[in-house]
Amino acid sequence: MRHRSLAAVLSTLFMGLGQLYNRQYLKGLLLAAVEALAIFTFLPSLGKAIWGVYTLGEKTQGFEKVGRVTVRVEGDHSIYLLISGLITLFLFAIFLIIYIMNIRDAYRTGAAREAGAKPASFKQTFAYVTDKKFPHLMLALPAAGVLFLTIMPIVFMIMLAFTNYASPNHIPPKSLVDWVGFGTFANLLTLKTWSGTFVGVFTWTIVWAVVATVTTYFGGILVALLIESKGVRFKKLWRTIFILPYAIPQLISLLAMRNLFNGQFGPINQYLGYFGLGKLPWLTDPLWAKATVILVNMWIGIPVTMVLILGILTAIPKDMYEAADVDGATGFQKFRIITMPFILFSTAPILITQFAGNINNFNVIFLLTNGDPVNGSYQYAGSTDLLVTWLYKLTLNNSQFNMASAIGIIIFLIVASFSIWNYRRTRSFKEEDMIQ
Amino acid sequence: MKTRSTIFLVLKYLLLIAIAVIAIYPALWILLSSFRPGTSLYSETLIPETFTIAHYKELFNNPSFQYGRWYLNTLKIATLTMVFSTILITLSMYALSRFRFRGRQNILTTMLVLGMFPGFMSMIAIFIFLLQLNLLDTHAALILVYSAGSVLGGFVVKGFYDTIPRSLDEAARIDGATHLQVFLKIMLPLSKPMLTYVALTTFTGAWVDFIFARLVLRTKENWTLAVGMWDLVNSFQNSNFTLFAAGAVLIAVPITLLFFFLQRFLVQGMMSGASKG
Repeated sequence: MRHRSLAAVLSTLFMGLGQLYNRQYLKGLLLAAVEALAIFTFLPSLGKAIWGVYTLGEKTQGFEKVGRVTVRVEGDHSIYLLISGLITLFLFAIFLIIYIMNIRDAYRTGAAREAGAKPASFKQTFAYVTDKKFPHLMLALPAAGVLFLTIMPIVFMIMLAFTNYASPNHIPPKSLVDWVGFGTFANLLTLKTWSGTFVGVFTWTIVWAVVATVTTYFGGILVALLIESKGVRFKKLWRTIFILPYAIPQLISLLAMRNLFNGQFGPINQYLGYFGLGKLPWLTDPLWAKATVILVNMWIGIPVTMVLILGILTAIPKDMYEAADVDGATGFQKFRIITMPFILFSTAPILITQFAGNINNFNVIFLLTNGDPVNGSYQYAGSTDLLVTWLYKLTLNNSQFNMASAIGIIIFLIVASFSIWNYRRTRSFKEEDMIQ
Repeated sequence: MKTRSTIFLVLKYLLLIAIAVIAIYPALWILLSSFRPGTSLYSETLIPETFTIAHYKELFNNPSFQYGRWYLNTLKIATLTMVFSTILITLSMYALSRFRFRGRQNILTTMLVLGMFPGFMSMIAIFIFLLQLNLLDTHAALILVYSAGSVLGGFVVKGFYDTIPRSLDEAARIDGATHLQVFLKIMLPLSKPMLTYVALTTFTGAWVDFIFARLVLRTKENWTLAVGMWDLVNSFQNSNFTLFAAGAVLIAVPITLLFFFLQRFLVQGMMSGASKG
């Protein structure tokens, strides 16, 4: 009884003391060093962090009279306060976990000593950790990276959606930012200028995602079947040629396409001219621009599906076709009853993933049309803008950070609901151990 | 009957040729344009009457571009990102696939959820974070962010490790191998196709990213190819198309060649990710 409570109390007072008491010197010193590091770095600013996140700063930048001269006084920078506050809170959470583990460890070792066991030497502890805690060890570094470079920024952006951080009135350091609750979402859905743009861009995003997914999917299937069909020779050559659009970096191919479809000097319109046809406003007319992005997306996306389908086609058991031949099935019947169900069954999850990917397909829109042609009735958006590209413009060009975050959250909700539905349906996520 | 199937076959070939032309044409057009004299987008013929390498020379000699320097920057960033991401992804996905520990399911769910947020929603936060760490305008910042971000896209790798029979490492464990030995001596050699896939995708990802690179890299000497290219397109619009074409060829050729050399691995990687979702 004595050992365990004494060790636990000592470790609560200062990390590592309990371990030192348990004669685990190296471990105790290491833990003490962790606490010392925390005290010297972020622990003192914990109070300020909580204050900063809660209030987002109280002092506006302004001028103050000092004696006879007026000097400019720096105000609080709400956004810096929010981020550094978040970082401190995240660090504190990690520290708290280590702290609790440290107390538990001291308590357990103390209990073991009471039972007459010798406390584990550092070598034994090390062996224990590398054996039983191996996965945790492997995950520690990636987890730290994800925590600070993905989770922290996402939490930050989610919080921004509930502030009024937007130009022109609430941009630090000139002025402060405040919490406004669901005000941003309310504006997005009710203010005429915002809601009009939102509904328009949202509708186009869904239409685009459906059409882009369906065209590339069935296009890919058709091309794959064409290559694999009876009598076609040089299958490998065709495959290699058709993969080319997939092999070229999108940055390059899309910028090239932008020139290719150029209304005035682009070669496509030039060729149309040879056939006696007029020039088409590929990228400048709202409706044509939408058609163009879908066409170009087919050029990029069909090879991907084609490669997948070609792989699946080779996996269809040959005896199924032989059995069908014996029964006297025609080519079309074989396709309808064997090939197509097989393809659909094995690619259904990918179809949903591609749909979700297309909702967030930034590259095609941004590089090809940049969201243009401009739509006069839209707020900071063009006719081909998707929610993501609109978000990008709002953030980087127009400083409407709160609105951008709200849109980001909405995109997340859309994608998440499709993905959850998908995972439930395929169940491969849940029953992953079934294969082995 | 015979003639009907012949007609069908001819139609099939015509269709294949048409698709092949569509697939090749844009690349061929850019390649040929990069050798065309003059600067204009418009050209009477696809194949230029005379060939010139003046545009390639200009890329490296014109003081307003530092193409050679950008090339080295990009090569450095992409290679280091590739190395770090491959290590991080392999380690973490191996752990998630092979071990059953408390919190594992939560980690998997968190990864899925994080993957559903639009990537650059976090840009502003990362930007300020880097500003406070004094890492803005450094290549280290890019490498750090790319590598840390790549872990979330590792489901394909996890799916791959899921398919390797567990009896393999259990046997080695019984023979007294440590976890590290099992990983290094048995799993790594088996994961060659997967490693190649991850290395290739992370390398290309860093090679062509211009969104984040443009945000972080402020001075022209530090730019990457993609940022320089983006700037070229935006500042010249279409007035110097042939120069753009030459730059595009130099960016695309290494990636395209890599892709064709490693195609086999890429398809394997895609398939193993596909069957597991």
